[in-house]
Amino acid sequence: MVVNLLLPLTGLLAAALLWAVGAGWLASHTPVAASFAPLPAFEALLQLLQGRDLWPHVGISLQRVGIGLAIALVLGIPLGVLTGLSKWFSRSTTPLFQFARMISPLSWMPLAVMVLGVGDAPVYFLLAFAAVWPILLNTASGVAQLDPNWLLLARSLSATRRETILRVILPGITAHILTGVRLAIGIIWIVLVPAEMLGVSAGLGYFILDSRDRLAYSDLMAAILVIGFLGYLLDHAARSLHRRWLHA
Amino acid sequence: MNSPLAEPAIAEASRAPAVLEGRGLSYAHAGVGTIFDGVSLTVRRREIVALLGSSGCGKSTLLRVLAGLEKPVAGEVRFLGDALAEPHPRSALVFQQPSLLPWLNLAGNVGFGLDFAHQPKAARAELAERVAAAIDAVGLAGREAAYPSQLSGGMAQRAALARALARQPELLFADEPFSALDAITRAEMQALLVDVVHRWHSAVLLVTHDIDEAILVADRIVLMGGRPGRLVQEWTVDIPRPREDFPEAVSALRLAILAALRHSCQ
Repeated sequence: MVVNLLLPLTGLLAAALLWAVGAGWLASHTPVAASFAPLPAFEALLQLLQGRDLWPHVGISLQRVGIGLAIALVLGIPLGVLTGLSKWFSRSTTPLFQFARMISPLSWMPLAVMVLGVGDAPVYFLLAFAAVWPILLNTASGVAQLDPNWLLLARSLSATRRETILRVILPGITAHILTGVRLAIGIIWIVLVPAEMLGVSAGLGYFILDSRDRLAYSDLMAAILVIGFLGYLLDHAARSLHRRWLHA
Repeated sequence: MNSPLAEPAIAEASRAPAVLEGRGLSYAHAGVGTIFDGVSLTVRRREIVALLGSSGCGKSTLLRVLAGLEKPVAGEVRFLGDALAEPHPRSALVFQQPSLLPWLNLAGNVGFGLDFAHQPKAARAELAERVAAAIDAVGLAGREAAYPSQLSGGMAQRAALARALARQPELLFADEPFSALDAITRAEMQALLVDVVHRWHSAVLLVTHDIDEAILVADRIVLMGGRPGRLVQEWTVDIPRPREDFPEAVSALRLAILAALRHSCQ
């Protein structure tokens, strides 16, 4: 138990040490870089957490994660079910999907802004575009891996179509969908920050650029810590959701 | 576990009304061809019939046709006298794999589907009672809240048997239900199956490739063989239970079945 806690802590402390050494080395060339160091960063973090400047940005970023994920689910699950059920659909779309999912969502940024205008819409588009693939592909593999005996069981109970879908197929693929959600949240969180650096006036990505413009480098470092910590929490939440569903 | 009174007398069983009647059944599958042809089989009330045959002889397909899961290309299936078009609510299935739903706990799995639209209507309390009785009968009382991932293979197959019992089946279709279990668990499950179907007054159609299982469990053994498959020979098993106590009679029947198997393969 102590080791379980001690080892990760050691790793984090070692990283902080490297960070301090690196910042010190940087500061010896460029004095302004001193505010990149751990101590000013943690001081800024404490102030930000106590103050009211950071929280609205956190709230807006998390809201964007939620909306982006929701759009990806609404599109990805039906498409995934279709891909899993229909060989014809699967064969006609697989190359397209594999092609599209390898394009960095950020490369759509200029196009998204031109089509959707400046504001939240292009950010939602980029997040949903990034997140839809893991959800779609995991849903499809969930459908393909449904136990045929479950469907036989439903048939032996003379289940209606609705009962088969709601009581067997959807719960049967939920574990796979949740795996997709976990991967999607990871991708969304990574795409979110750069997506928020263009055309919006709030969010953690915006906060990073704003801190840079204010020359508040310790705030910038604090924001990086917050981003990492929130991402860790999101991933942890998605994992525990998956575990709870499987009762493993 | 078996009281002599629970044992249906064979003479009585042959006079009992039929639960399931298949007449002149043939089945063919595109690409595979005719799987079985001209098969007639009757299962009477409270009778345990073992459908014995080697792997790939079409016995599992015959079970699916008799259960109403597949349509025969010729012939007719009657369940309690009515022509069968889809699985009958008073029949239940047990497979080789327990195929429990991992998102439901034991009680949820055993009660699964009892509330479906095409199932006989029953009050919630009555359904809960049926579920509890079925779980108790297979020796899993107290584990109602456990999830499938927390059950051993033997316990999961007990749960699958309970799921079938909760439907109060007139006839239980069992497709190699114990062949994935270790020998000791298998013997336990065979004894349990005989015990519970006697208590539930159910008939059983047991598909198996295990001669010993057929002899230990069944009232009647039907041997299936040939290509396309047909019913080769039939034995009425009148050895008293528990049959492990009558090794001479068991081995005599075993040799008779082996001899028939050799002839059917030639």
